[in-house]
Amino acid sequence: MKVTAPRSAPAGASRLSLDVLFRKFTGAIALLVTLSLAGILIALTRESWPALHRFGWHFLISTAWDPVSDDYGALVFIVGTVVSSVIALLLAIPVSFGIALFISEMAPRWLREPVSAAVELLAAIPSIIYGMWGLLVFAPWFGNLEPWINDHLGAIPWIGALFQGPPMGIGMLAAGIVLGVMIIPFIAAIMRDVFLVTPQALKESAYAMGATTWEVARYVILPYTRTAVTGGIFLGLGRALGETMAVTFIIGNANNLSASLLMPGSSIASVIANEFTEATTHLYKSALLALGLILFVITFAVLVLAKLLLLRLDRMEGRRA
Amino acid sequence: MISRYRRRRLLNAFNLTMAVLATVFGVFWLVWILWTTIRFGAGAVNAALFTQDTPAPGASGGGLRNAFVGSLILLGMAVAIGAPVGVLAGTWLAEFAARRRLGAVVRFLNDILLSAPSIVIGLFAYAIIVDPSGRFSAYSGGVALALILIPVVVRTTDEMLRLVPGSLREAAIALGTPYWKLVTRITWKAAASGILTGILLGIARISGETAPLLFTALNNQYWSTDLGHPIANLPVVIFQFAMSPYSNWQSMAWAGAFIAVAFILLLNLAARMLLGRRRPRA
Repeated sequence: MKVTAPRSAPAGASRLSLDVLFRKFTGAIALLVTLSLAGILIALTRESWPALHRFGWHFLISTAWDPVSDDYGALVFIVGTVVSSVIALLLAIPVSFGIALFISEMAPRWLREPVSAAVELLAAIPSIIYGMWGLLVFAPWFGNLEPWINDHLGAIPWIGALFQGPPMGIGMLAAGIVLGVMIIPFIAAIMRDVFLVTPQALKESAYAMGATTWEVARYVILPYTRTAVTGGIFLGLGRALGETMAVTFIIGNANNLSASLLMPGSSIASVIANEFTEATTHLYKSALLALGLILFVITFAVLVLAKLLLLRLDRMEGRRA
Repeated sequence: MISRYRRRRLLNAFNLTMAVLATVFGVFWLVWILWTTIRFGAGAVNAALFTQDTPAPGASGGGLRNAFVGSLILLGMAVAIGAPVGVLAGTWLAEFAARRRLGAVVRFLNDILLSAPSIVIGLFAYAIIVDPSGRFSAYSGGVALALILIPVVVRTTDEMLRLVPGSLREAAIALGTPYWKLVTRITWKAAASGILTGILLGIARISGETAPLLFTALNNQYWSTDLGHPIANLPVVIFQFAMSPYSNWQSMAWAGAFIAVAFILLLNLAARMLLGRRRPRA
């Protein structure tokens, strides 16, 4: 039971004004925090105006990125961001589902906490460490694997072209894999939490009908938690889209599009991190800030969707309680 | 022909095995990353790391003293700005707006801010501080980190205050306690360990942040504690040294990474112990 602030204090006026002052002051700060989102949008729009004004909508579909002739377009980086994030999701969704299933339905009670803690620690490691480890340890190891990928996946018709290229280790695929590992803890934590709130009675009735653990997960838990699971996936996607340092280390930083995932590429975040301090002309810097604005708008939309989906399960919970 | 029953059993066994393998896969990366960081990093830690500044390209010797001190200064600034703002905003959400529509909107937008890409926050700090003032500076880095810290603190403060039983508030109000006093003397105290946990988790989150510092605090090869100028800091030094071709720079980056990871894991451990089971989702 919550108590609301007394609207009309019976005692002296000084108490009333202190109470009102306290409420107004904390409220103003809370609004300020919220308004910083609008501030980000306004400030980035203003800073990127020269580039947006100069290139217009063409900025979004142009693959040019030429500081010498001051001609810029965002398409290469938008594609790089989306492709690396999709690879990350393809890896992270099944693995997170498995982890959440293991923690919520299979693990003995004593194992739940340690496994949860280990997966959460994966989220605590800073992205710069992932990047450094990815460049100096993972990429060389992955480079040894790539000839095999070339020979086998590369030979498949249609999608084969995605997996042909020199075995460099770094590139779009390696960046996507490391990104996937980075977002596993976020998706797995949400899936675990919502799996654990699935009503016991629902699960037990299915078990009583003779369902196997997998069937309970597939036909009871997953349908019950579908919106929240989707929300968790979108939250992970939001993380992956804006992830900077790890991607900057591993993606290879080539400012062109290539069909193969083994080739180096660039994402919005990585090109900003790489080139911002080198951006000498006004338009160059403005184009980089415009990329930041695009990234902000995309992640904002993804995160709003994620939160709305997650709220729906909360409301369902609220009705039951 | 396999019976339907056998097929269901087999499918179940196969999928549950995959779930176990997925868990092993997840934990495997954690172990791999931690193990590499310890293997390359722990050996590279020595006294010079803490007593000497970052070396010039190609030069031997040197340490990370300026980067450590710079990072601590940046963290200090971020906490000095972010912790009070976050706690006050969280207090408003829990105490005055728990059931109001405006409160729900603020909570929603704060959660968005919590997940917003840190590189965008860095660009924002660049746009509002570095660009108008004309130069990269330590305090713009502190502000950028504070902006990342604030939503974490807002969220945990809000969650922790809402866990304080309503009966405690009712008892205080029945005694005629003014509301501001009730909040500052009673509910803040009751939720103190939770709020502190939020701040610790927030510090853990920002102490490895690199991207926002690239456009704000930048880096400094020399010793500097001047807040109006670029300042050395651990994440950006790790970035620069790990990308470099010099082997002594790379090994120093590993040592820095080792210390950063140890610091962050200790903070997480402290937060966990402080709170026990009532851990918030940050």
